[in-house]
Amino acid sequence: MAVTETLESLLRDSFPDASELAVEDRTGGGDHFQVTIASGRFEGLSLVEQHRLVYEALAAPLGDGSIHELRIKTRGQA
Amino acid sequence: MSELSEQIKEIIENEPVSLFMKGTPQLVMCGNSDRALRALRAAGAPVTTVDVLPDPQIRQELTALSGWPTIPQIFIKGELVGGADIVEELYASGELQSKLDEALGSDREPAERTAVLA
Repeated sequence: MAVTETLESLLRDSFPDASELAVEDRTGGGDHFQVTIASGRFEGLSLVEQHRLVYEALAAPLGDGSIHELRIKTRGQA
Repeated sequence: MSELSEQIKEIIENEPVSLFMKGTPQLVMCGNSDRALRALRAAGAPVTTVDVLPDPQIRQELTALSGWPTIPQIFIKGELVGGADIVEELYASGELQSKLDEALGSDREPAERTAVLA
């Protein structure tokens, strides 16, 4: 499975309620990603706490080096 | 706690604004570090930068302390503000400026210095 799909599936598991969830391979090289998520899990949390939840969901690919760069955009449920 | 870890902790806690980045302000080695530095400059922050590239141990110890897995990392008076995305977002909304005003006063002087870890 390509990394983009792996990330998307990990994020879907962690944010099953997401009204928006997108993983974009920014460079086409399969290691620079933009992740955009809208989820109720983010409500009431600071941006640091919101991004921490995303890092937790992606701990495995972050740890094994398959993500070189990760950009994150989070917001509560619209 | 290792000596390196103590040094990092000291910078985080004692510098008004610290930016752990790839490269230096004169030679930025990563797009995200550049975005973070630009946002901090635009907000008029006095920034102390630390280059994490000379020794992989710096990044490891930093992440062990902060629990934040990526570089750059920005701290204001000991508090983790986040990485490039958050600092950019906070700058765009004006919250970065108010955070800096609150922590350092609105008469703060923009400045840049580089701390080197021995």
